[in-house]
Amino acid sequence: MNATIEKPRVRLVMTDTNRDALQNKELVYKTSELNLWYGDNHALKNIDLDIYENEVTAIIGPSGCGKSTYIKTLNRMIELVPGVKTSGKIEYRGRNIFDKSYGVEELRTRVGMVFQKPNPFPKSIYENVVYGPKIHGIKDKKVLDQIVEESLKGAAIWDEVKDRLNENAFGLSGGQQQRLCIARCLAIEPDVILMDEPTSALDPISTLKVEELVQKLKKEFSIIIVTHNMQQAARISDKTAFFLNGEVIEFTNTDKIFSNPADKRTEDYITGRFG
Amino acid sequence: MALQKTSNSFSVQELIQKKKQKKSKILQVEKIVPFVLLLTAIVSVLTTLGIVLTLIAETITFFTKVPIQEFLTAQKWYPFSETQGSYGILPLVAGTLKVSMIAAIVAVPIGLASAIFLSEYASDRTRRIIKPILEVLAGIPTIVYGFFALTFVTPLLREIIPSLEIFNALSPGIVIGIMITPMIASLSEDAMSSVPNSMREGALALGSTKFEVAIKVVLPAAISGIIASIVLAISRAIGETMIVAVAGGSTPNLSWDVTSSIQTMTAYIVQVSQGDAGYGTTIYYSIYAVGFTLFLFTLGMNLLAQFISRRFREEY
Repeated sequence: MNATIEKPRVRLVMTDTNRDALQNKELVYKTSELNLWYGDNHALKNIDLDIYENEVTAIIGPSGCGKSTYIKTLNRMIELVPGVKTSGKIEYRGRNIFDKSYGVEELRTRVGMVFQKPNPFPKSIYENVVYGPKIHGIKDKKVLDQIVEESLKGAAIWDEVKDRLNENAFGLSGGQQQRLCIARCLAIEPDVILMDEPTSALDPISTLKVEELVQKLKKEFSIIIVTHNMQQAARISDKTAFFLNGEVIEFTNTDKIFSNPADKRTEDYITGRFG
Repeated sequence: MALQKTSNSFSVQELIQKKKQKKSKILQVEKIVPFVLLLTAIVSVLTTLGIVLTLIAETITFFTKVPIQEFLTAQKWYPFSETQGSYGILPLVAGTLKVSMIAAIVAVPIGLASAIFLSEYASDRTRRIIKPILEVLAGIPTIVYGFFALTFVTPLLREIIPSLEIFNALSPGIVIGIMITPMIASLSEDAMSSVPNSMREGALALGSTKFEVAIKVVLPAAISGIIASIVLAISRAIGETMIVAVAGGSTPNLSWDVTSSIQTMTAYIVQVSQGDAGYGTTIYYSIYAVGFTLFLFTLGMNLLAQFISRRFREEY
């Protein structure tokens, strides 16, 4: 049993979630009283969220609700925005990511990210995949070749690109580019993959492929996905958090949130009354 | 669809009809505009062609007086003696190359480092202050740099290298390097800043440090612009005249020694143009031959730049 769950604190985490603790699922991210400001704009308010391994956690909510901000806080990419201030704690595998001693590069080596718009580097497909391993010091050509094959297979794009690994990644279609970005992320074998609306720039068929991929990947990785698309959240996630105006309104198992939401605002959003 | 009018006095369509008379004139102008613009474009093309043709014509005349083998292979450039004149371009080329290489050795690392700082590390505020200053540096008249080389840099260098002559290749080379550094910094910074942020984010999210992002992602992505800036700057160094005329001396010599007096192609042209070389003399034609050689050098640089930037382009 996971001791951290038993703390007598008022948390938004529902009992369904606690059940996972009993199933021996390990806690990956534990967010406690996280606040974030862009200058004077209070963008995240007292966020408490627990994320477990080998699950897909979807974050939904209307535009500007803070869902992208939150996911970018998890690997501290948010700090690239000037004037960002945070308070509270995010523990990743038991260690506060805001600790001075926690190197941001170390964190990002464990927590990969896939962005809204595919952003391959203007290099060959091969070079894109090996970028991560290379900067972390892997030089052996044989090992790199193997990483490329495994990562591209992992991202379900190997068959499409295996004959043109040395071509520029920009020659790929948008959907292929996005799967290449996922492969690039897999190449350093992260523990968690953050996905920030990974399919919003893709056509329906590419979207379907990425969704299938997410299902496959959750066996090995913990995935947190921000999505605008509620059907997508319903299709692929195990848990769903509903964000509104910088607050977590509801966080529970996906089937529950879509069939029987506890909060009126969640219900209104899910049934399409706003957002 | 009827628009609700605030007053009943006019109809837009009527107004358009009224203006139609005028509009036919405007249409005529529209037809003329491309021709006028084409003419202005042709002016610069024709000027270039004219310059090249004059250069070629006079150069050919020069080669009727001096055999081309001598021009290309003779080891001495000594045009001022009518009887034993020697017209070997190599010493002048050596002077130009020495100075340009010293300039490049100074300018490329400093320029690139400044570009990386400005584009990847500097805050908006710092960039807004430093970039205009760099661009002002590029606007200083080169004669001022020439004096700076002769009266400040040379004495300073002589403290370190006592054998340095008053006129030498090192001092003007360094000063030309200082002169072209802002050019490399500013143009490379433009190239690096135009690399989309999404690429930096992609690399940072994989655990790269800022420096790794700059060197392994931004620099390669901007390489065509960076090479263009370097070649442009070196072309400028090759063509630079005043600094070498003031601080380089006027002794053409074919050696890799940077401490002794030299003469570059440009400085030679200045020397002859100032002097009293009579029209039609061999010396008079020699400046065209030297000018043409200079032109081939810069042309070669530009072609090289185009080739390299096409070859290494990383499109985004």
